[in-house]
Amino acid sequence: MNSIKIDNPIIEVENLCFFYGDSQAIHGVDISFPEKQVTALIGPSGCGKSTLLRCFNRMNDLIDISRVEGKVLLSGQNIYDRSTDIIELRREVGMVFQKPNPFPKSIYENVIYGLRIAGENDHKLLDERVESCLKGAALWDEVKDRLQDSALGLSGGQMQRLCIARAIAVNPKVILMDEPCSALDPKSTARVEELISELRKDFTIIIVTHNMQQAARVSDFTAFLFEGSLIEYGLTDQIFVKPRNKQTEDYITGRFG
Amino acid sequence: MAVLMQQELDSLKKKLLVLSAEVEGRVKQSVQALLTGDHKLAQKVRKGDAQIDNMEIELEEECLKILALHQPVATDLRFIVSVLKINNDLERVADFAVNIAQRSINLSNDGRIKCPYNVAAMAEVVEKMLKMALDSLVESDTELARQTIKLDDDVDNMHRENFISVKKAIRKNIDDLDGLVYYLSISRYLERMGDLATNIAEDVVYQVDGEIIRHGGIQGCQ
Repeated sequence: MNSIKIDNPIIEVENLCFFYGDSQAIHGVDISFPEKQVTALIGPSGCGKSTLLRCFNRMNDLIDISRVEGKVLLSGQNIYDRSTDIIELRREVGMVFQKPNPFPKSIYENVIYGLRIAGENDHKLLDERVESCLKGAALWDEVKDRLQDSALGLSGGQMQRLCIARAIAVNPKVILMDEPCSALDPKSTARVEELISELRKDFTIIIVTHNMQQAARVSDFTAFLFEGSLIEYGLTDQIFVKPRNKQTEDYITGRFG
Repeated sequence: MAVLMQQELDSLKKKLLVLSAEVEGRVKQSVQALLTGDHKLAQKVRKGDAQIDNMEIELEEECLKILALHQPVATDLRFIVSVLKINNDLERVADFAVNIAQRSINLSNDGRIKCPYNVAAMAEVVEKMLKMALDSLVESDTELARQTIKLDDDVDNMHRENFISVKKAIRKNIDDLDGLVYYLSISRYLERMGDLATNIAEDVVYQVDGEIIRHGGIQGCQ
């Protein structure tokens, strides 16, 4: 496997194997993700990139027959230790899904949902957080006059940015994004991509995408997975101009996969 | 998508090879016109340049179309970037062939004097460099490309010596000044053709290996 050494990793994955029942989806992956950078996970459908992503906040725990071996260290702590508080883990490692999934509540309540659950009731603080997060998600100007309207009345692109605002409201260390633009039109996609570029100043972002050009545009690092194994990991510029591995080259040039 | 792009890349390569063959032919003709004093052949090279210019524009448009429609990456991206640059270099080589043809006409009009250096020998090395560079392009042969680059030193040395020879000849016979200056220009055009053949060879290395070897970064060639 061709890989790059990461100097300041926030997540370190060591020999990670993942099983759905008897079927192994991830085969001994070792990878480190740099802090406050965007890393794209690419690979053909079924290569395990979403499964790998969901290992980083233990979303796969929801699948009964699943099993994990190996370690995922978040700031040096193995998130698969028995002592891990899963709620706290998911606060630290937020997630944005393929399809925008706002709650059937107002825009305001969507943003502060995590804070409410954590017991925060200080109105002044909540108001401030709504404004800063909506600004952070580049949505404030579009919704500031209708914060109490239902989030379900927003466009797809606005809903996705609202979900990003909701994710950053609890001040996570890492944001996982699973094909966040696949349901959006080119204009909304461009806005979310601009947003990703802004968010990298404060957060570590790991994004799964099928769109090669998107991976090339938004990420600093790119990891190519194939059949559950990490094939190549490196600087995005290098991967898209001069990949070291033939399989990576064939995949990104559309010759297979 | 990949199949469509591959077809476009194949067609692009064919067009580049047609342009290469045309340009190589022009260089040969211009040198032949110079060596034999063939006025007609020189005129033919001069007048045919518009065809090369059109081919260059067509190739560039083809590259831009593929970039916009297919957004190639990795080896495909390097191929298109190389084609864009080689296309430009070939057009410049053809311009120098026109310049040599023009000087050949000037020399004939002014009453041809003897060249104070071995122009045939220099032209032979330059033509060889061009052929090697274009063969390396066709075969994606980086070894041949690197050998081409090495030959450029020989051409540079020849030009330097030619410069001295022309100066001596001027001192000896100032009446031949115009013709001798034409010969000096011809040496310069050939030397520039050698540089462009070198550029093409460097782009072949970039296309195949992804390694930029311009500006003295040549490894294992010295």
